[in-house]
Amino acid sequence: KSSVQTIGEEQIQNPYTELLVLKGHQDIVRFLVQIDDCRFASAGDDGIIFLWNAQTGEKLFELHGHAHKITAIAPFYSSDASGENNQLILTASADRTVIVWDCSSGKQIQKVSCFHSTVKCLTVLQRLDVWLSGGSDLCVWNRKLDLLCKTSHLTDAGISALVELPKNCVVAAVGKELIIFRLIDRPEGWNVLEVKRLVDHQDNILSLVSVNDLTFVTGSHVGELIVWDALDWTKQASECKFWDSSLHTDAQPEIKLSQSPNETSVQHLTSDEECVFAAVGKGIYVYSLQMKRVIACQKTAHDSSVLHIAKLPNRQLISCSEDGSVRIWELREKQQLPAEPVPTGFFNMWGFGRANKQANQAAKKTQENTTMYFLELVGDLIGHSSAVQMFLYFGELGLATCSADHLVILWKDGERESRLRSVTLFQKLAQNGGSQLKF
Amino acid sequence: MISAPDVVAFTKEEEFEDELCSEPPLPEEYSVPLFPFAGPGANPWSKVASSKFTRDFILISEFSEQVGPQPLLTIPDDAKVSGTFDLNYFSLRIMSVDYQASFVGHPPGCAYPKLNFVEDSKVVLGDSKEGAFAYVHHLTLYDLEARGFVRPFCMAYISADEHKIMQQFQELSAEFSKASECLKTGNRKAFASELEKKLKDLDYTRTVLHNETEIQKKSNDKGYYTTQAIEKANELASVEKSIIEHQDLLKQIRSYPYRRLKDSDFHPYEPECGLDQAHVSCDQDLTTSDLAEPGEMHLYAHVPSYTPKLIKAKSAKCFDKKLKTLEELCDIYFFTQTLDQLHHIERTFRGDVCYLLTNQISRALLKQQSLTNFLFEDASLLDEKAPEKPYRGCQRFSQDAVNRKCLEESPAPRVVISLGSYKSSVECVPIKMEQEIEDSQEPKMTESITFEHQENLDYLDADIKGSISSGESIEVLGTEKSASVLTKSESQASLPISPSPQVGRSKVGSRRTVSEDSIEVLSTCPSESLIPEDFKASYPSAINEEPYADDEEGGLRFSPKLNLDNADEQEGSSKQENLLQVDSACCIGKESPTFLEPLPDLGQKHCDEDGVVSIPPQPYRPAEQGLHGTFAGYHSHDSVSGGLLPYELDPRYLAGSRDVSKTSLDECSDSTSYISSAASTCSDRTPSPAHPVIPVNERHKKKAGQNALRFIRQYPFAHPAIYSLLSGRTLIVLGEDEAIVKKLVTALSIFVPNCGVFAKPVKHWVTSPLHIVDFQKWKLIGLQRMVSPAGVNMLHALSRYSRYISILDADSKTLRCPLYKGTLVSRLADHRTQIKRGSTYYMHVQSILTQLCSKAFLFTFCHHLHLPISERESEESVVSRRMNFLKIHLGLVNEDIKIVQYLAELLKLQYIQEPGQGVNPLLRFDYVPSFLYKI
Repeated sequence: KSSVQTIGEEQIQNPYTELLVLKGHQDIVRFLVQIDDCRFASAGDDGIIFLWNAQTGEKLFELHGHAHKITAIAPFYSSDASGENNQLILTASADRTVIVWDCSSGKQIQKVSCFHSTVKCLTVLQRLDVWLSGGSDLCVWNRKLDLLCKTSHLTDAGISALVELPKNCVVAAVGKELIIFRLIDRPEGWNVLEVKRLVDHQDNILSLVSVNDLTFVTGSHVGELIVWDALDWTKQASECKFWDSSLHTDAQPEIKLSQSPNETSVQHLTSDEECVFAAVGKGIYVYSLQMKRVIACQKTAHDSSVLHIAKLPNRQLISCSEDGSVRIWELREKQQLPAEPVPTGFFNMWGFGRANKQANQAAKKTQENTTMYFLELVGDLIGHSSAVQMFLYFGELGLATCSADHLVILWKDGERESRLRSVTLFQKLAQNGGSQLKF
Repeated sequence: MISAPDVVAFTKEEEFEDELCSEPPLPEEYSVPLFPFAGPGANPWSKVASSKFTRDFILISEFSEQVGPQPLLTIPDDAKVSGTFDLNYFSLRIMSVDYQASFVGHPPGCAYPKLNFVEDSKVVLGDSKEGAFAYVHHLTLYDLEARGFVRPFCMAYISADEHKIMQQFQELSAEFSKASECLKTGNRKAFASELEKKLKDLDYTRTVLHNETEIQKKSNDKGYYTTQAIEKANELASVEKSIIEHQDLLKQIRSYPYRRLKDSDFHPYEPECGLDQAHVSCDQDLTTSDLAEPGEMHLYAHVPSYTPKLIKAKSAKCFDKKLKTLEELCDIYFFTQTLDQLHHIERTFRGDVCYLLTNQISRALLKQQSLTNFLFEDASLLDEKAPEKPYRGCQRFSQDAVNRKCLEESPAPRVVISLGSYKSSVECVPIKMEQEIEDSQEPKMTESITFEHQENLDYLDADIKGSISSGESIEVLGTEKSASVLTKSESQASLPISPSPQVGRSKVGSRRTVSEDSIEVLSTCPSESLIPEDFKASYPSAINEEPYADDEEGGLRFSPKLNLDNADEQEGSSKQENLLQVDSACCIGKESPTFLEPLPDLGQKHCDEDGVVSIPPQPYRPAEQGLHGTFAGYHSHDSVSGGLLPYELDPRYLAGSRDVSKTSLDECSDSTSYISSAASTCSDRTPSPAHPVIPVNERHKKKAGQNALRFIRQYPFAHPAIYSLLSGRTLIVLGEDEAIVKKLVTALSIFVPNCGVFAKPVKHWVTSPLHIVDFQKWKLIGLQRMVSPAGVNMLHALSRYSRYISILDADSKTLRCPLYKGTLVSRLADHRTQIKRGSTYYMHVQSILTQLCSKAFLFTFCHHLHLPISERESEESVVSRRMNFLKIHLGLVNEDIKIVQYLAELLKLQYIQEPGQGVNPLLRFDYVPSFLYKI
């Protein structure tokens, strides 16, 4: 436990110096979804969906309609024939319904309740203007909520993840299997066909993410990470038990194995063009698609399981965990020249002792590799008193986090907010004509 | 009769003046008011210099028709307060100067008794022999069993300090008006239900009598009426008449212009749910709509439990029956409200007048700082803004100012009359006059005159109400303003007095006298009313009202011309009505002309706007010389003072701190607070039962200041702790003992900036683990340390959120918080401070915090510090300009900058907050290391 990296109270690079607590939920908040530049929705086990203004923290709407907890939520950007954009969100609940909401009015547009099982995932295929619901079967819907077609009953456990692939295909994670479906839009109607089953995973697939048009990645409960070709659905690379030091002596020599499945399950995956970022157990791993290996990792990034990670544009990575904290990491590229040993004092200043040691030793062993990476902790956000389920990065507007403590917290850059308030203040002064002030 | 004005008490004054004259006189505006009872060696701050009571109190008296003036109750209800002061005697005094012309009677030409809604009168009078000065508020309550249906009462604020009464007249008047309004509202309610019962009785009696008559008729076979039968018939007729009269009264009482309450936006006494008001208006509707219906059952529908009684033909002599008590006269809810209000008045006006004045001045100044005052000022002070504005008193005040201005232009010489002439004029007013006047052709005009005069009274009630005692020590009091032109020499005093230029108030002298037998107040008339013509002219105004039945508003109708001219003022005075005398069932009013009172004809307006008859200023009458002597003597110190009372505070303040400078710290808290309370506000002595929640009262301030003083002396790390509070970092006071923790929290609370116009973000005692939301909401928290597992949880939470909080451990005397290297706090909390008293320290803190606020204000509202001057200017240069400003212009060092920045952020948030839209409270924090401080 002591191996968890800590950062001192001084966090120069941490921009978040202001927070707003958004109260409203009465149970665990599990989902945050961005609607547009300044709005987002939160949903969770209380079955209520809240729409928030990301700038002001103002509660815009409170959407009631579900009787049970929300199991999936997806934004649906649709434009009418009139060209009018209306922001919709789809929500699925354990009450076996899916509701379509209008974000501008906060009204329920339509409700579908003909499901035989709970819908566990929702995917919108913008290109085809249809959306898919995945439960024990896969259904295809159009925007008007007409059921276009559906598969036969697949499994009782239901589809846990659904990702769009090129050529009108989707991949669904069903237990240990990946099933590729193809959507066919014929004049006589839509059809969905099962194309292929991929059975390479040894355990339940927990995460499924599309990297680009050519690749998607899956991660399973026992820590397998497989990179797939999105066109021919073949395995491009796999990182089975990639935490195992014996397999990666060069990169992660010191990582001790902890074989409990929970410690190794791939909770969440995200990617940019070059790398896949995996939340594995308590750690974070960066897997390079090009080098086909883990290039950086933080074995114990948090005190307990990492639930969600995201890559920021500025080479930063944010992770949140069951321990209630959110951490900001920076992927640093270290030109490791033997003539320039890294002064350890620098790292110690950041409370970076252990990682530093790893890096140094790793560096010695990988001197042939001219570059190496490491994840440096640049800040942590502590506010939630319980597991942070998810977060949503809003760029300069800040960061929204949701948690099992029923709260949504909006983290903001205090400097920026202060400046904005000044601007507002002088605008208001100008409006009032300075009449309120007696200088 | 005016032969014995009271001069005795002021003999000392003269010696004193002589001493004073030997020194070069200070310019008027710098002079400090002299203590009226000052003598060599006398403690100028002992309040009880010559009075027999220990402190100010409120007295409610009644002019009982059975026993004459009698005191009913005092507030506070404590025998110690009034001491040896003769309440009976004083009641006699104050009740004998009732300006109210409470006429109730049969208006000629009107068949029925008529109620009128009389405006209260407000008088200042002094009894220097007793050392008592009083603001006296006369009011009448209705009582069915009383003579003329009215019972005169008065509420008096009695103080040993004449200045206090004079200077606080407006405020006293406003506050007492509230109390009176409340009492009268309750009384009307009680009166209405009384009438309803009576009507039931009468109805029942009529039925019984009717039956008896029928029986007699049947049995009567002699063909002529027996005397018995005639008697019965007469009786029946009188019952019928009585019923009609009572119905009429009921209608009248219900037609009371509630509109006036609505207009004033002042409803402090409506029952919480507004039920009562609704009830009343509902009743009104009911009665008005049902009046046409024959069956009156409706009317009484809501008092079904009442069993009607048979009313005897001849009611008992009025001296035999017991009159209702004040409590019985008023609806219980309103009665308690009134008492609450009176207690509130008593508390509000406690203490020295200079203290009150300073408070008022600073309050007025604070209101101007609407942008920053929320930060450190009491929310309670700021809240007062709201109710004060709509209140009538304010309006009146401004109108008063207009009036004053107007009057200043044509200064009215003081009108003085001799009692002799006055009295005789009263005596020779024949009662028959009413009838003649009724036929006079000038009703409108006279009406407007009266109206004007009353309006004058209304607006100028801050002005002199003179009274002439009959050989006793009641004396006329002028306002300090009038007195300031009175010079010390007696000869000058005999000159007509005109308003002094530097003061705004007009002089409208109104005189009153007390007749020897002190049965009835003679008049409230100014001199002109003594002139028979005037008397005639003004008197009928009361009877020229249109019958109330036509008057939907239940009020008086004024001539349209007047309405136009006084559109605004009318609001305040349209209820000015005069009571007419009624022949009540049991009373003797009719037979006794002595009880006929002259009409109030108060005040005199010299700048009549509408060209109605104006009364020329009366020439000075030499008969008043003696009295003026009193004036001059009495008010001479005023002319020296120039009204700069607030300065009085300083010597006391200094002397006070010197007094206790030797007491040790530990004694300090108690002994000094006692001393200070004795010296100034007395607020410690009586807990306030009526308003238990006053956010920050004097006592709290004192206590907080005292605790804070102790804190900064005991804890060497007081500075970083205070810095935490000022920079918006939540400070947690952790401890096992609730009392200790609360004490610390109280001490530190004076440093906590408010986040809005709400109460301070201070939580005195928490026992559950804290969450992030708590830090957002509270900036100072007292937290219980527990040994249980819950306690472990709590400590865990504390260490988890340690970046947001500073922790002051009261048990181990440690503080964990960021470093502070600024200079600001050391001025705020110098452990070597010479300040000894809690309230003084509180003020010291307030003054430094106010300074800080002004810095924050400057910083916040300087445009270029936050926004680029030109389009191309980079953000960096703005930032550097900003920092330069903070460091160089505001002279802030190190962490002081963060304090001002935090305050500026609060100011911004407050300013940009949209009204009505709740703003999410922010939590701002820094990533700075904390350090552990130990003693």
